[in-house]
Amino acid sequence: MKASVRVFLKPGVLDVQGKAVENALHGLGWPQADNVRVGRVITFDLATADQAKARSEVEAMCQRLLANPVIESYQVEIDP
Amino acid sequence: MKAAVVVFPGSNCDRDCKVAIERSTGAKVAMVWHGESELPDGLDLIVLPGGFAYGDYLRAGAMAALSPVMGAVRVAADRGVAVAGICNGFQVLTEAAMLPGALMRNQALKYVCKAVELDVVNAQTRFTAAYGENRRAVMTVGNNEGAYFADGETLNRLEGEGRIAFRYRENPNGSLRDIAGILDEGGNVLGIMPHPDRAFEAALGSADGALLFQSVLGAA
Repeated sequence: MKASVRVFLKPGVLDVQGKAVENALHGLGWPQADNVRVGRVITFDLATADQAKARSEVEAMCQRLLANPVIESYQVEIDP
Repeated sequence: MKAAVVVFPGSNCDRDCKVAIERSTGAKVAMVWHGESELPDGLDLIVLPGGFAYGDYLRAGAMAALSPVMGAVRVAADRGVAVAGICNGFQVLTEAAMLPGALMRNQALKYVCKAVELDVVNAQTRFTAAYGENRRAVMTVGNNEGAYFADGETLNRLEGEGRIAFRYRENPNGSLRDIAGILDEGGNVLGIMPHPDRAFEAALGSADGALLFQSVLGAA
């Protein structure tokens, strides 16, 4: 299985990096860019054949390490 | 009196902490490698120092929070031993969920390194008693992820329970409610972003940090 985890700051938590990128895009002539958020993507292989089990394992990894639930939310994708 | 300073790969204030504690309190200081799963007996204070533990990979403090020594630190804290996380050490304590909230990128996206004036908000804690009537302290900050964040309910609780130990007089990094240092529920775990270990004698520009160590361990 291929796991892909996208981690972003929660809505409502000020993303100062996203804000800086947004201002830069405006400066480059794209004033229509709005609500820019900067996050990270973590990908890895997972040696298991059971997709549901893989998902629950990866969710647990997010809770324990990959994301900080105090400030971040995450989305998990599992592909065979 | 006996103290320990934890050394993570990437710590860079570990020796500063040792010297600061020895000179301001006369306590014996053991250096404990992050891979140890036991701490020396009879500790009165454990310090998690500043630096970039594990390269600050993933998030500042995230990897260090999982290191073997942190299990022992947690057990000691539960027994009531004083634990102080300074700068990166504060980040480790929040990542380990031994303190609430999180430390986020500074609002101006800049590394901030300068002397700051602090209010000693609560001078009746194990870490602040020696400040007494002297409710101002000068220390230096040096951080990139120093903006304290917690939800409103948590912030209100910290405030209501007297668990905000230090506040910035002029907020250098966007820290919510100007928070510079907080305590856990038991009052024996402190996270502080400014460095008392860089302010323990007048030659360093301030000796106010010495009072923090003296509060826990007594004066030299």
